[in-house]
Amino acid sequence: MHMADALVAPAVAGTMYVLSTAAAGVSVNEVRKESAPEKIPVMGVMGAFVFATQMLNFTIPGTGSSGHLCGGMMLSALLGPFAGFLTMIGVLLVQCLLFADGGLLALGCNVWNMAFYGCFIGALLIWRPMMKKGATRGKIIAASIVGCVLTLQLGAFSVCIETLLSGVTELPFSLFLATMQPIHLAIGLVEGLITAAVLVFVHEARPELLWGVGDKTDAKEGKLSFKTTIIVLAVCAAVAGGAISLVASAFPDGLEWSMEKVAGTTELEAEGGAYDAAAGIQETTSLLPDYAFKDSESAVGTSFSGIVGSLVVVGITVGACYAFRFFKKKEKISEANAPS
Amino acid sequence: MKSIEDHLYELNRLQELQQRSHWMNHLHPLGKLLVCVFYVFMVASIDKYDLQRLILMAVFPAFCFIVGELSIKEGLYRMRLILPLVIFVGIFNPFFDRSSVMSVGATAANPAGFTVTGGMISMLTLMLKGLLTVLTAYVLIALTSIEELCYALRQLHVPKIIVIVILLIYRYFGLMGNEANRITTAYHLRAPSQKGIHYKAWGTLVGQWLFRSMDRAGAVYESMALRGFNGDFRVKKRKAKAADFFFPIIWIAIFVAIRFIV
Repeated sequence: MHMADALVAPAVAGTMYVLSTAAAGVSVNEVRKESAPEKIPVMGVMGAFVFATQMLNFTIPGTGSSGHLCGGMMLSALLGPFAGFLTMIGVLLVQCLLFADGGLLALGCNVWNMAFYGCFIGALLIWRPMMKKGATRGKIIAASIVGCVLTLQLGAFSVCIETLLSGVTELPFSLFLATMQPIHLAIGLVEGLITAAVLVFVHEARPELLWGVGDKTDAKEGKLSFKTTIIVLAVCAAVAGGAISLVASAFPDGLEWSMEKVAGTTELEAEGGAYDAAAGIQETTSLLPDYAFKDSESAVGTSFSGIVGSLVVVGITVGACYAFRFFKKKEKISEANAPS
Repeated sequence: MKSIEDHLYELNRLQELQQRSHWMNHLHPLGKLLVCVFYVFMVASIDKYDLQRLILMAVFPAFCFIVGELSIKEGLYRMRLILPLVIFVGIFNPFFDRSSVMSVGATAANPAGFTVTGGMISMLTLMLKGLLTVLTAYVLIALTSIEELCYALRQLHVPKIIVIVILLIYRYFGLMGNEANRITTAYHLRAPSQKGIHYKAWGTLVGQWLFRSMDRAGAVYESMALRGFNGDFRVKKRKAKAADFFFPIIWIAIFVAIRFIV
């Protein structure tokens, strides 16, 4: 479910960064309130554990295939939603940097789609209410499966929304959704079963490790209630999304902007002998004069010769870089051979 | 099992690259982080039909791969994880966006030539965006160690707790990965014809490993506490040289020029 940078527009990525940062801010405050430094190494080691567990293949009974663990729900059941969320951020960042699973720009989206739903929705809305009166084998299995299925469905839905809002696909929304949701239903079921198996084992062997079990007293309310936090986040998202999209789309090209300021138009018209002569030279020397997009008014109207020109520029840069490296190496060799 | 070994090999290879004494490795991590994030932002903001600008944007990864002496093959190999979703999202564009944008290869026999549609162009730009952004993330991590990146994140005021957790995850991932490899090897030696871990062993196998990891975390905390850890994170300050300023300024200027002026 990891989204790549290519799939998100800056406005969508920015909005999701704002939302994820707000959730991270709340989590950092909550973890700080606990003032338990011993929890930090546990978060780090458990993050590495989940990361490593994701590489194990689990045989799916009755099929020839195998499934994997994502870990958001399991981390929350062991560390709590806030520490679990921060750990998932670490896991997603390391995954993105080390193995290119995700992207730097899409990190906000990935944190929201995988960590937020898994940790907050899964732990606070499903795990905790179900475990309030104590844990049983059946309750753990039900909470794990429902939690994983629901959070993965929400995550897949968010992926569809974010991709479509980014405008990178022509795929109809209904078709995209109809493909993503069933795939993630199956993935969610498998993950739920694996999570359930592990948590049932933990419950039987060391039940004190499970978070939120038998927690009959309501948690201390923060300054903001859950409902207020959601409203604040939604307003932040709307404001940030609107502002960023305005910046991203409203500015004309630098040259057009300057021309409009100077000449009052973005198009210059010229005629005369010198202009005609120059146009003639340009026509005869241009690489591909006839290869141009029909619709020159739109972004599609970029000329084919422009694309070839770009390729030439990249080619020249590559050549220059090789030359730079060659001379740098030569310099090093002559320095090494120089008598001391 | 191959996947775990692949991951560990990739991790070791990255660590080797990060420890080189190349001048690009010695640039200030904050500058490299900002340049890469700004680049990815610029690439993502390019219009889906603007192939020309996107091709020009390739100058940055090309420069870093050639001058930084990185393997393009290793960079391309990293595309394998994101490629399925990118292909799925982009592959339908030629079917749904059939607006004609240009025609090429016109001859006397076939004056209309081959029609290129908007969908084809947008699919191509999507793939190219995926490629450029993945290569840039590789450039960043191959030329900057995680410790240095964490230092840069602290300079950007990312909370200490997140930075420590990232450092610990990175530090312990190698250890846990090796343990996962040992577990899988042992399991396959006992059940050679089985594709994955049998469902009856899911809970016990992963659960016991989980307990060992929790106990290890306890031992890690005790060692850290004995060395004065109280939840705080201290980093050695790093002085910036002239190149540390020039590298990001020049590249950001080039990106802006390509994105808005060219």
